Amino acid sequence: MVNPDIVGKTYPATQPYLVGREKIREFALATFHGAGSPSVSLEASAQAGFPDLVAPPTFAIVLQQQSLEMVIDDAEAELDFSRVVHGDQGFSYRRPIIAGEQLTSQLSVESVKELAGNQMIAFLTKIFDSNNEVVAEATSTLVVRGG
Amino acid sequence: MEIGQIIFDKKLHLTRDSLVRYAGASGDFNPIHYRDDIAKQVGLPGVLAHGMLTMGAAISPLFDQLGMTVIDYSVRFSKPVVVDAETGAELKVSAEVVELDGNRAKLAIRAVFNEQTVMAKSFAWVENAKTE
Repeated sequence: MVNPDIVGKTYPATQPYLVGREKIREFALATFHGAGSPSVSLEASAQAGFPDLVAPPTFAIVLQQQSLEMVIDDAEAELDFSRVVHGDQGFSYRRPIIAGEQLTSQLSVESVKELAGNQMIAFLTKIFDSNNEVVAEATSTLVVRGG
Repeated sequence: MEIGQIIFDKKLHLTRDSLVRYAGASGDFNPIHYRDDIAKQVGLPGVLAHGMLTMGAAISPLFDQLGMTVIDYSVRFSKPVVVDAETGAELKVSAEVVELDGNRAKLAIRAVFNEQTVMAKSFAWVENAKTE
């Protein structure tokens, strides 16, 4: 069971993550983007006015995942990842993520609630660029199944 | 673009290969997405697609074909998508315009598997929507 004392806890920012062009392309193809997507084709991203490939709308999950690893590794949190299913997920972008930039993420635990024998943990992850400006915010609820 | 307009309506075929590919791309290697024995052991109906694969794939036609910028996208995962080892899973994805605000539009994003919606309360706000 997750320790409710972690509510309000903010984990340290991750090490800088370099957004690779081929990583964007791999992620885009894995999420059913076509060859003409601005996440796959440099011609398409240039036409849309961007200097390099544009990350797909759910790419920020890769950054959130890096922060989530800190929670999984935190003995105080007592989060058993094998019992976790994804409840909900949201992304709010101030601007698109472009290949070549360096990002960090920082996660806070918003709430831990009990519902029908399960626990619901809500996280807020902020994603920053190298100027420390917020690029995106990701909200996520994980359901830890009881039993 | 007008309220009620269906922006896309598409069928996607997920296979176990899709899940392995997504695991590698995203770094989510939870074995419930590729091992039948483990899925069974933890009480699931079978190997499931990553919720994030469904979420990402459900909006891909929009990002691909119409050049819109997604500024907000949120979903609730309401049903699992079970991906059969032999036949895979068919996912129907669509988007409907539900609100307009200047050059921004709010879309209801739908994903249906086995005649059941698998993402509830799923909306995206997009910007620079082409008006044709």
